Formats: sequence, structure tokens, C-alpha cells
Amino acid sequence: MEITLLMYLVPSLIMFGCGVYGFITRKNMIAILISLELMLNSVDINFAVFNRYLFPHQFEGMFFSLFAIAIAAAETAVAIAIIINVYRLAKKVDINDITKLKF
Amino acid sequence: MFLFLGLAGVKMPRKTTGVLGVLAMAVTTIIAYAAAFTYFFGTDQGQVVDGVRQAIVTTDWTWLSFFKDQLVVKLGVLLDPISAMMLVVITTVSMMVHLYSLGYMSDHHGNPEKGFQRYYADLALFTFSMLGLVVSTNIFQMFIFFEMVGVSSYLLIGFYYESPAANHANKKAFIVTRLADLFFLIGILTLGYFTRTYDFLEMLSTPDKAQAAIATAGGATFMGCSVTAWALTFIFIGGAGKSAMYPLHIWLPDAMEGPTPVSALIHAATMVVAGVFLIARMFPLYVIEQGAMDIILVVGAFTAFYAAAVACVQSDIKRALAFSTISQIAFMMTSLAVSSSNSQLIGGHEAGLGYMASMFHLFTHAMFKALLFLCAGAIIHAVHSNENSRMHGLHKYMPITSIAFLIGCLAIAGIPPFAGFFSKDEILVACYEKGLGWGLWMSMVAGMTAFYMFRIYYLIFFWKKHEVHGEHEPKDQPWTMTLPLIILATVSCVAGFVPFGNLVTWNGAPLATHTNWAVAGASVAIALVGICLATVMYYKENPLPEKMKNAMSGLWTAAYHRFYMDELYQFITHKIIFQGISKPIAWFDRMVIDGFFNMLARLTGGAAYAIRRLQSGNTQTYVAIYFLGALLLAAITTVVILLI
Repeated sequence: MEITLLMYLVPSLIMFGCGVYGFITRKNMIAILISLELMLNSVDINFAVFNRYLFPHQFEGMFFSLFAIAIAAAETAVAIAIIINVYRLAKKVDINDITKLKF
Repeated sequence: MFLFLGLAGVKMPRKTTGVLGVLAMAVTTIIAYAAAFTYFFGTDQGQVVDGVRQAIVTTDWTWLSFFKDQLVVKLGVLLDPISAMMLVVITTVSMMVHLYSLGYMSDHHGNPEKGFQRYYADLALFTFSMLGLVVSTNIFQMFIFFEMVGVSSYLLIGFYYESPAANHANKKAFIVTRLADLFFLIGILTLGYFTRTYDFLEMLSTPDKAQAAIATAGGATFMGCSVTAWALTFIFIGGAGKSAMYPLHIWLPDAMEGPTPVSALIHAATMVVAGVFLIARMFPLYVIEQGAMDIILVVGAFTAFYAAAVACVQSDIKRALAFSTISQIAFMMTSLAVSSSNSQLIGGHEAGLGYMASMFHLFTHAMFKALLFLCAGAIIHAVHSNENSRMHGLHKYMPITSIAFLIGCLAIAGIPPFAGFFSKDEILVACYEKGLGWGLWMSMVAGMTAFYMFRIYYLIFFWKKHEVHGEHEPKDQPWTMTLPLIILATVSCVAGFVPFGNLVTWNGAPLATHTNWAVAGASVAIALVGICLATVMYYKENPLPEKMKNAMSGLWTAAYHRFYMDELYQFITHKIIFQGISKPIAWFDRMVIDGFFNMLARLTGGAAYAIRRLQSGNTQTYVAIYFLGALLLAAITTVVILLI
């Protein structure tokens, strides 16, 4: 059985949907961060797969995925740092309690 | 040699003490005298060419230059007969006033005067501006100094800045003269635009040049009159504002709120003749534009009569003198105006008789009016009141002042051999040459002059025995105050014998003057009638004036209220300008212009208020909305692509 483009895209879409759902519904900020990673990873898959199937002699998509993974790692570090600080301040990591960041 | 005059011009207006002020003024006076003397009698400068006195420009320095030298404003010193004469007048009167003020300003109702130094600084500033005005080489310089004179006058009228009356008076003076100066500026610009020059010498030094200047305007017309006539009329309005011609005279009587020496200097002798000087300076142009000249004639003749009528009933000594000043200045204006019409020899008199007479009268009037004001100051200082009901019978107490005042009165009434006789006689002769009607009219005004001056004199010094008010008896004042009186009285006696016709004429050529005995006799007779009438009515206390007042009570009241000119102005400014024009404009500004921007602000604010609840701070809500938006965009894009 030949593996087609669609066979990669459907799991990716499911991953992305899960990420969105988790991002909106979870209250714990760590869980929200994990959901965010899920969405990022699904996008990475898309990059790689589109590159592989549509433009097999070029590598931009691959590089872009690697780049996005590196960025995501850095971003996660920053997010964790923020969450830890919030925790020190408020003694909890519930997103509903962090509503001070408005004007 | 004439560089000395430059020094007179740049006299610094900052003198910290009165004595220093007086000394500086004395130096200036001497320099100005020297300059004038050299100008009139010096032989080594070539001032006189073919019997015609030349105008001399000693310095002319470019001050501002616009549009690649198309509009150049210069500052310079121009010396010609009238400016030399004005230098003498200004410095003399100013010197006397400086000296007199040492005594007058030393105490104010028994207390040391506040702002003594400010007073002298203002006086010096005024003198400087006035000197600058008369030696101007072009109209722009003149305008600048015109304004400076106005400002220093404002400062001096408002010297007692704690008194509301003084504040009102100086505002009024400033606004009225400012309004007139606006017209002056319009006139200057019009004239400069069409004649392509602002320089006096280029424009005016000879009749040919004046003709050429008007020809440059090329007969451009506006509303049926040539533009130069319009420009000259506007310039006359400027001069009329400063010289208190009807109907712009209203500021002068109120200006008497200032200290009396200031009134003597500014509002009797020097500043108010700036308008006359202006017309005299522009005279060669006015001669050509008869239309503008006729306006001056009518305004001058009417003002002379009007002010004399008002002066007959005023009870405040300084106000009466102020109206007398207005009347006398109107004499000068009229004289200038009638001068123009004599373009050929009439009755042995040359063309410029009226001009000469006007300048002569300016000179003598400055002397005797300053004398009268300084006397008035001495009296006021002695009895602490302006109202002549508080004076009466001062002759016994203040003999020197009384005699000086008498000499001033005789001079202004035109009794020989005092100064006013000669100059007023020349004016009347010039008026009779213009037309019998004008001559009779002005003779009548001259008679009124004699009457009201002696009315004041008798009411102050005789009428009835003096009742002592206040803590001390009135007496003659210290020497600093009486010395100027004596000097000015002497000048008033002898100034008439100055051979004015040889010195100051409109084209510089000597003018033979002859006393016209028919006119002179008539005017002396009229003056004597006026004096006799005043003597009968006011020499000692009697019910006659009261009876006359009751007999003509309507006229008396109207004249006492200055024929309601002030009320008319009040009505025009408050009812018509404020209510009719300013209010709608203010309403428009508040409602339409401000309203528009207020509406913008309110709309923005309202919209922001309406949507601020969306910003809850809840991150997940934002994300949900973001996804919805993204989905919506995707849906729209898909639909659009499918449709295409």
C-alpha cells in the first residue's frame, strides 16, 4: 500500500484540532503549553510532508521544520519561566485567575 | 556735526533716578538745540541752496530687507525745517517736564510716590520715541515710532495702575489710537505699493517728486477715487487718532488720569501733535490730492468748534484743558488743510502760509499749553483735587502760578504780544484766504477759546474766597516746579517774535509774513469780547452763570457730557459690535467649530466604552475568538475562490 499525502495530513489535522481544543479548554497553564506544542508539531509535520511530496528536489520545508522545532524549544523555555514566575506570585497556575494583563 | 543728533536719538530709556533722568534730558536738549541751530543758522553745510532750505539725511541704515530688496525698511535721521523745529519743541517741553516732575512726583497726597524710577524711565522712553518719530526718514520708521509713542503714552497714563479709572483710561487711549494706527498701516501699505517707495525724500522732497510718486500709481482707482487719495485719507485717520480729531478724540480727556506733568508733555505738547506732524510731513502729497485735504479741512474745523464748546462747561480743570488742546490741534489741522488751496499768490501771501502758520502754532501751542498744564499740576498738587469747585480764589495763595497761568491764557487767547497771537493770526489769515466762511468760523472758535480759558482762570484764582480744604494752605510750589513755569511763561511771551516764516516752510524757501492788521484786529477784538464775557460772568461770585445754565439747560447738559460721544461709542461697541457681531461669532465658534471636535471625541470615546468589555483578560477567550476569526476568514476565502 502506498502512503499518500493525505495519510500524513489527516493525523496532522487531528493533532492540530486536539491542540486547539486543549488550548481552549484546559485550565492549567502547563497543559495549555503542551497543547500549544501539539499544534506546533502538527504544523512541522505539514511542512515536511508538503516538501517531500510536492517539491521533492528542494529542502526549504525541511529546513523550516528544523527551524520551527528550535524556535519552539526556546519558546517553551520562556513560557515555563513565565509560568514559574506567575506561580511564585499567585501560588497557582490556573489560567482563569490570571486576568490582570489588560489595560 | 549732525552726528550729534544721532546721539539724541539713541538716548537710552533707562534712568534709575530722577536727577540722572533730568541730566540726561538736559544733555539731549543741548544736543538737539545745537543740531537745530546749526541747521537753521549754520553756513558751512550747504543747507541753503538758491534760497531753498534743503533736507538733510545724516544716516540711513537698512534695518530689514524683504523679498530681495523689494521691500526695505530703513532707520535713519532726516533733518529738515519741521523736524528741526520739532526737536526743539520736544526737548524743551520734555526738559521742563522732567525738571517739574522732580517736585511734582516727590510726594503723592503726602506719601512718597511709588514707582518714581519707573516714571522717569517711561518719560525717557517717550521722549526717545518722539524724537525718533520726527527724524524718521521713511513712513515705516515713522510708524514704528508712532507705535512706541502709543505704548509709552499707555504706560504713563496708567502710571497710577492701582486706580481703576487710570486703567480704563489707558486701555481706552491705547485701543482708540491702535484702531487709528490700523488705518495708518493700511494707508502706508497702499501708498507704498502704488508709489513703489516709502522714503520721504524720494517721495516728497520736491513737488515734482511728489507728482511723480503719484504718477507712479498710474491713476489706479478704487470706488471712484484715486488710490493715493484713499491712502492719504487712511494715513490721516492714523494721524487723527493720535491727534484726537473728532470722532477719535474720546481717549484724550480720559488720558488726564495720568500724572499732570505727563499730560503736559504727552497730551498737550508733543504726542498729540504727532498727527499734525504726520500730515505736515506728507504735505506735498496732500497738496496734490485735494479730496483728502478737504476731509481734513472739514474734520479740523468741526473738531475745533466741538471741542471749544465742550471746554466751555467742563468743571474738571484738566478735562477743560484737554478739550482746549483738541480744539487747538484742530486749528493746526485746519490751517494745514487750507494751505493747500492757495496754489498761487493771493493777497500778497504765498502758497504755504497755512502750512507755516500751522507749524508756528504747533510751536507756540506746545509752549503755552505745557505752561497751562504745569500750572494746573501745581494747583492740583496744592489743593489735591481736579475739580475747580475745590479751588476758587487761589490768586492770593499762589501768585507765581497765577501769573504764569494768566500768561498762558493770554497766549492761547491770542492777545498781542503773547505767542499765540502771532501764530493764530497767521492761521486766521490763511483761513480767510480759503474762504470767508472758514475764516469767520475759525474766528468764532478763537473767541470761544478766549472765553473758556478765562472762565477756567477766574474760577480757579478768583470767583470767591478760598475755603481751605485739607490740612495745609495751598501755596506756591518748590523751585523745581516754579522754575519751569517761569521759563515757559517767558517763552510764551517771546516765542511770537521768532521769524518763523524764514525758518519753517513747506518747500524750504523763506516765506514773507506780514501781520494782516484787519484780521489781527478783528481776532483780538473777538478775543477781548470773550475775555470780557468771562470776566463779567466769572470774576467774582454771582448768579449769572447759574442763570445761563438754567436758561440753556439742555445744551449745557449735552456739552457737559461731551455731546454724548462716549455714550455713543459705548453703544456702538457694546450693543452693536459685542452683541451683534462678536456674540454670533463666539456662538459659532463654541457651537459649530468646538462642537465638531467635541463630537469626534465623544464618538471615539463612546465606541471605546462600548467594546471595552471584550477585553476581559481571559486568555482563552481571546484564543477562541481568534480561531473563530481565522475560520471565518478561511470560509470567506473559500467561498470567494469557489465563486470565481
